[in-house]
Amino acid sequence: MKKESEKNLRAFAAELAIYAVLVTAYFFLVLHLLGNWLYQLDLHHRVLYAVVALLLIVGQAIVLDALTALLFRILRRRWR
Amino acid sequence: MFFPISHSYINPLYLVVVGFLIGILGGFFGVGGSFIAGPALRLMGVDWNYAVGTDLAHIVGKSIVAARQHRTLGNVDLKLGLIMAIGTIGGAEGGAQAIQALKRAGNVNTVVSWVAIVVYFSISIFMLWESQKTLRSRKGRSLNAAEPKADHSAFGPVTERIQRIRVWPMVSLPTSGIQEISLWIILLVALVGGFFSGFLGGGAGYIRMPSMVYVLGIPTHLAVGTDLFEIIISASYGTFTHAIKGNVDILIALVMHTGAVIGAQIGVVATQYFAGPKIRLAFVPLPLIGVAIVLYTLLTGHKL
Repeated sequence: MKKESEKNLRAFAAELAIYAVLVTAYFFLVLHLLGNWLYQLDLHHRVLYAVVALLLIVGQAIVLDALTALLFRILRRRWR
Repeated sequence: MFFPISHSYINPLYLVVVGFLIGILGGFFGVGGSFIAGPALRLMGVDWNYAVGTDLAHIVGKSIVAARQHRTLGNVDLKLGLIMAIGTIGGAEGGAQAIQALKRAGNVNTVVSWVAIVVYFSISIFMLWESQKTLRSRKGRSLNAAEPKADHSAFGPVTERIQRIRVWPMVSLPTSGIQEISLWIILLVALVGGFFSGFLGGGAGYIRMPSMVYVLGIPTHLAVGTDLFEIIISASYGTFTHAIKGNVDILIALVMHTGAVIGAQIGVVATQYFAGPKIRLAFVPLPLIGVAIVLYTLLTGHKL
């Protein structure tokens, strides 16, 4: 039982580490590619800015979560 | 680092740490954490309007991650969350209208501050009394770490009486273990939570989560998960309206989110190791932090 929970905790920590790397990379990618465009959008096209802002934050949550799960599954298969 | 949208210089590490702490609170208690995020952004010189809007944006993402995680643990009642979202949005509009009326009367700051102090303080005192009483009772003592989702409340008899009120239409919430409850009671709870969200700012999870437990009789773990699911909808609505008004710096929100999603996942996993009354007891200091912040702004005149 204890071994099982230790194993689960280790898997959770590994998944979290992958996720942390992905969210950080995602932020720098957005900053580098969209930073200036977002600034201009906020100044001139507020409705579009609102939609893009929501998409970016929802994307960071959903897409990266799914990507992490996928990467984790692939890595797990390799470790076995 | 310079954030051009809000014209502010903030150390990104600071944002990540703040996000991380709020994330843990969010995942564990089902709150948005705006009572910490707002002042934390203000402390770095971010204008109040940007602090409120940006905070809501990061809450959306964090709540998605935490709610998904809670759902895999069976802690989200989607039906209840959707019904509550309707009431919350309606209530939030009412709260915003009340603020406008007070603005016209010229005493908005004093009234909002005192209402916040009374509400936050009452929640803390009540939850302290209830969770202590529950934990000392025989049923409360029998709740153990092997069965953390098993829940019991000393306020249970009152909750049962509320559940017996038969005002048509009645709805069943099988996920939450409630056979029948009036739809109007659910909507009323959501409306009150939404009103305080519009009136006091933030997502008002500190009111909604306890209301779900004590008024509707939802088990604590499910109240936390469902509240997070409901926050996704109400905070998305808030983010959109604030972004249109030019109150959201999405780049700051994304940095905060980096820490928040990690913290949220840790918070969610931690709920597995605590029984309902213990989570409620640990919740007690949160509204008190809100009281301290409001008192500070009242006494010093500084807006955090």
